[in-house]
Amino acid sequence: MGADKKAVPFKGTEEQKQQLLEMIAGLKNERGALMPILQKAQDIYGYLPIEVQTMISDETGIPLEKIYGVATFYSQFSLYPKGKNQISVCLGTACYVKGSGDVYNKLMEKLGIEGGQCTPDGKFSLDACRCIGACGLAPVMTINGEVYGKLTADMLDGILAKYE
Amino acid sequence: MISINELNQIKAEMEGLVAMRCEGEAAIKAMSKEGQTYKRHVLVCGGTGCTSAHSEEIIERFKDGIAKNGLEKEVCVIRTGCHGLCALGPIVIVYPEAAFYANVEVSIVDEIVSEHLVNGNMVTKYLYDKTVTDKGIISMHETDFYKKQNRVALRNCGVIDPESIREYIGTGGYQALAKVLTTMTPEDVIQVVLDSGLRGRGGAGFPTGRKWAMARTLVQDGGQKYVCCNADEGDPGAFMDRSVLEGDPHVVLEAMAIAGYTIGASQGYIYVRAEYPIAVQRLEIAIKQARECGLLGENIFGTGFSFDIGLRLGAGAFVCGEETALMTSIEGNRGEPRPRPPFPAVKGLFERPTVLNNVETWANIPQIILRGAEWFASMGTEKSKGTKVFALGGKIQNTGLVEIPMGTTLREVVEEIGGGVPNGKKFKAAQTGGPSGGCIPASHMDVPMDYDNLIAIGSMMGSGGLIVMDEDNCMVDIAKFFLEFTVDESCGKCNPCRIGTRRMLEILDKITKGQATMDDLDRLEKLAAHLQKSSLCALGQTAPNPIISTLRYFRDEYIAHIVDKKCPAGVCKDLLSFKVDKDKCIGCGLCARNCPANALNKTDYVAPGHKLPSFEIDSAKCIKCGVCIGNCRPKAITKQ
Amino acid sequence: MIMADEMKLVNVKVNGIPVAAPIGTTILDAAHMAGVKIPTLCYLKGTNEVGDCRLCLVESTKARGLVASCMYPLSAMDEGAEIKTNTPVILESRKRTLELILSTHERKCLSCVRSGNCELQKLCKEYGVDDEKLYDGYRNEFELDTTAVHMVRDNNKCILCRRCVGACDNIQGLGIIGANNRGFASFIGCAFDKGLGETSCIHCGQCIVACPTGALYEKDDTAKIEAAIADPEKLVIVQPAPSIRATLGEEFGLPIGTDVEGKMATAFRRLGFDKIFDTDFGADLTIMEESAELIERVQKGGALPMITSCSPGWVKYCETYYPEQIGHLSTCKSPQQMFGAVTKTYYAEKLGIDPKNIFTVGVMPCTAKKFEVTRDQSAVPGVMDVDVSITTRELARMIKRHDIDFTALPDGSFDDPLGESTGAAVIFGVTGGVMEAALRTAVEKLTGETLEKVEFNEVRGFDGIKEATYNVAGTEIKVAVASGLKNAKVLMDQIEAGTSPYTFIEIMGCPGGCINGGGQPLVDSMVRNFVDVRALRANALYANDAAKTLRKSHENPSIKKIYEEYFAEPGSHKAHEILHCSYVKRSIN
Repeated sequence: MGADKKAVPFKGTEEQKQQLLEMIAGLKNERGALMPILQKAQDIYGYLPIEVQTMISDETGIPLEKIYGVATFYSQFSLYPKGKNQISVCLGTACYVKGSGDVYNKLMEKLGIEGGQCTPDGKFSLDACRCIGACGLAPVMTINGEVYGKLTADMLDGILAKYE
Repeated sequence: MISINELNQIKAEMEGLVAMRCEGEAAIKAMSKEGQTYKRHVLVCGGTGCTSAHSEEIIERFKDGIAKNGLEKEVCVIRTGCHGLCALGPIVIVYPEAAFYANVEVSIVDEIVSEHLVNGNMVTKYLYDKTVTDKGIISMHETDFYKKQNRVALRNCGVIDPESIREYIGTGGYQALAKVLTTMTPEDVIQVVLDSGLRGRGGAGFPTGRKWAMARTLVQDGGQKYVCCNADEGDPGAFMDRSVLEGDPHVVLEAMAIAGYTIGASQGYIYVRAEYPIAVQRLEIAIKQARECGLLGENIFGTGFSFDIGLRLGAGAFVCGEETALMTSIEGNRGEPRPRPPFPAVKGLFERPTVLNNVETWANIPQIILRGAEWFASMGTEKSKGTKVFALGGKIQNTGLVEIPMGTTLREVVEEIGGGVPNGKKFKAAQTGGPSGGCIPASHMDVPMDYDNLIAIGSMMGSGGLIVMDEDNCMVDIAKFFLEFTVDESCGKCNPCRIGTRRMLEILDKITKGQATMDDLDRLEKLAAHLQKSSLCALGQTAPNPIISTLRYFRDEYIAHIVDKKCPAGVCKDLLSFKVDKDKCIGCGLCARNCPANALNKTDYVAPGHKLPSFEIDSAKCIKCGVCIGNCRPKAITKQ
Repeated sequence: MIMADEMKLVNVKVNGIPVAAPIGTTILDAAHMAGVKIPTLCYLKGTNEVGDCRLCLVESTKARGLVASCMYPLSAMDEGAEIKTNTPVILESRKRTLELILSTHERKCLSCVRSGNCELQKLCKEYGVDDEKLYDGYRNEFELDTTAVHMVRDNNKCILCRRCVGACDNIQGLGIIGANNRGFASFIGCAFDKGLGETSCIHCGQCIVACPTGALYEKDDTAKIEAAIADPEKLVIVQPAPSIRATLGEEFGLPIGTDVEGKMATAFRRLGFDKIFDTDFGADLTIMEESAELIERVQKGGALPMITSCSPGWVKYCETYYPEQIGHLSTCKSPQQMFGAVTKTYYAEKLGIDPKNIFTVGVMPCTAKKFEVTRDQSAVPGVMDVDVSITTRELARMIKRHDIDFTALPDGSFDDPLGESTGAAVIFGVTGGVMEAALRTAVEKLTGETLEKVEFNEVRGFDGIKEATYNVAGTEIKVAVASGLKNAKVLMDQIEAGTSPYTFIEIMGCPGGCINGGGQPLVDSMVRNFVDVRALRANALYANDAAKTLRKSHENPSIKKIYEEYFAEPGSHKAHEILHCSYVKRSIN
């Protein structure tokens, strides 16, 4: 539903699978471990495709639908691969009143994608995010966790160029 | 496992070191203490704001400089938590002078090292300008931003190294836990917390002592109980909890252990936003250190009391800040709230009695235990005791965190502490409480801010976000912004919130586009009232607050949008039109060259005194982006 | 049982009416005790207790704001509470919530299968919703999910009450469906938005009977029957399952638990069926085969415990979730399929007609029977044992459509020879019934003595799992009965762990057995939350059994005759070819 769900072939390796199985084995007896399992699985694979969720279901006995329901509830879980460089623009109040909406729009225009999407070459994905608490630097965005503050639209080209 | 004697031993070793970062006499006393070798402490902020501005590199540069000058034995560099004045980051403070260097860049570090650390002369030009006065250089604590503050929850933030349990112990850390475990009964603890008047800092303001008492007494079946820390700080613009976790993580652990003893729980969970990686990392370090010292785990201080804490990360759902949703999330489910009652104190995490408080609430507990209920209750107003941390943001000079006694007025916060509205603009309103709160207009700037007064004027304390808005902010647009947030973050479980927030947003959207009628306003108000009464959880119940409070104080703006089809603040694009004043236009053509929509055309008219024909705007093509206004030197283009 | 004097009571007033309710009682139940009915749309006792619809909100002097009465447990702190359920504020809140729901609901009410018994429609009428479009706005649009063999999901009519999720998860323990996405975008569906037919759904239909609106409904197969009846070439045989006679009357306004066996037989005749037979015959036949199979397994050391295989939802569950344990399933086909197989073999030969021209219709309490008829297990190659299986609800629709005034019908009777049955067969429709019927026959077979008391009360009732031990001819037989798959899981985990102490187990997929099947008449939650519908329906079956002279399957004269004329003896080679089947291992999807 919603965003178009293009099937991206799953390229998980045997090594990743071993990592996943070990991680689950270490966590599955803890009560309510599904969230940490999904978080660590996403760390391993970068996203949570059906293949990964099915392995989690098989190992934990939690019905696949329940896992999917959780994965689609929280905005940080992704069913699709993200770009090599993940851009998040803060649309928190402090940033918004200082113009982060314009920054976000400008990025969509520059990258030619909508929020939540990845560029066709896989280089960038763009998301809006909630307040990251760097309000003193508003408006801010992060690229792969690196924070860029006091942004203006004309700073964007220079910043993006670093990741090309 | 350490004993209380060993704890006191560490405290004695460390307190001189830490006390040096205080003011005046205490610092001098600290310096003269035995074992105290460092003459100067360089404190570099390692909070999220300053870290994003490369404070790590600054620390390295300082260390290099200190090494080169052979000062390792005289000067230490400490990475601390947030000092609050994030707008001036990265911040470096040098003690004992409490010299406050603002907006520090790596390139100026060497100069500070050679002038200040080697020669002992502060580098005035890099100091925070408010500390440089006619009467000489004053300490940061005397500036407008800091002098009205009273730091209780934030007392260690920006003062100690958050990754050192020894520094925390040096400030008296874990003394409250020792006191509770060895000299107080659970009932004593509850009484102290009740007497202090402490109320939950996460939003609703429920008396903390009552919550603990319920969890202790209502279910006594000997089964597991839980203590949870709500560190899922989600209100946009609020970051006080992050600051405590980044600057003083042990205070939360200590307070949770105290609550564990009080209600009879041996397990705690901290649910923290994954968006706060530095906070998560420091919590992990703190938990590890506390376990190594036996301050968490089995048989703490040999008293037979055992308590441990697990860390759970959020995954991007604002609703998980709601206590029952937070618990369903820890249980491994979609973070959907549950109806109350049963209250968590009776049936909470894993259906067991649970106490859940937010970070700032926890941060007050050890001080209340050590300094007494009376001390705490002496601050604040009749029904709101103690201090509150506010995150100042928006159109204000000093963006940052301030901790002030309850009952401080908005005017003091905005005009004195916050330094007023920048660019000579007029203050219009302050928004408190995030998407659950409301707006305080200029007419209420002198109301003492506490839980009850804020509710009376249609806002709420919330977690303490305080966003200042000026004349350029459209209040309908602000209400719409918050509704967009709640629509996105509604969990979708109950009908009023899932559907109602969406419908309210749709009506607001119509209003900002000039398509709404007064009937729509009526439907909007009815829905707003409905959601307040009928939604399942606080998210839905408070979602209409931004609408209700802006309607209360700025109804005329709504009417202007609906009836006159005008946006008085000039924000709502659909209601704007751009015009060129032909007689002012000098015909330079900068506007036309920069217009992304090719909406500017040259006319035949040459204004008297000008050489070139003026331009005009084709309103059919204009996308109202405002680029032309920015480019027009004679200011001939205006929006209406 | 808690004795009355041990029970702590809390005194409250509901709309001024005093009630003393045990601590822990919900306000909703306390109001019911006071004769006050509060509307519910999401709440379904034991199935879905989440408090999300917000229609049951009430006020209490002991609570802040409006509270969800379905979830509010009265405690000592509520002593003296004045609870109000019908103030102007509450009535307005309900109306507004309904208006909001309608703004997301596809309002094709006139052509909706639930028109007339839709709980949303009823509440809109009761609470005076006079402008269905008042809050119209953006609405998510969904394609129909028709991938499952037995049912359709139309999320355009879904109101996200989650009763279906509760039925699938809390009752059946499957979790095939659940809430996906968040907020306004959330919807009920399967993992990765797969169609229901692509999952391990076991077709029980408990979600359908839980649904308050027309979002979930069985696939209607009555047109195929109408066509067969209209075809002069076809001999159209109908076989109603044991429980249908206890529930069909509800569709025509008769009280729950009315036995309409006679009227049903007449209705079949008026609908134009050629032969009015009875699945009860198939049930008696099942007992003959199953008890023989059990005795053989006990004596020859086959896989024990042996588990019944009458319930197709249960069988598919076992194949999917316990594929290594399918050897424990009785190889007997279900009564529907045994009966169908007999019509296409024995009966076809007897009449001398081509089985291809026999069209056998099952009327079942069950949507999984629609799946069962598609299983590859035909007695006659290329000919389905049963051609079409419809639910009680579909039969009622057919009757209504054919201008039959059901309540005014005279009693009729079934045709011979496949319409004859015993009391043992009729109780197949309730949990424990197959066990009891089997015991009646097995005990007589093993002891060689006539059983005087035919009731086995230990296996009656509605506990999720019942167990009993019988000493039969010196051998101890330990049996268990489970209904609802969450309960079945408990017994299956024992088997998997090798710790099952039982010889024989009866499992029914639906809680309470067929009388509570997914194909049964829908009962409004306002009734279901306060009345044990299963008990009322079961009483009709037990009364039917008690009134019969023949109450043991092996005493059925037509059964004796079919063995004499055709199968020789239970478990014979021929019986195996026609009446037994095999199972497949399936994987979880």
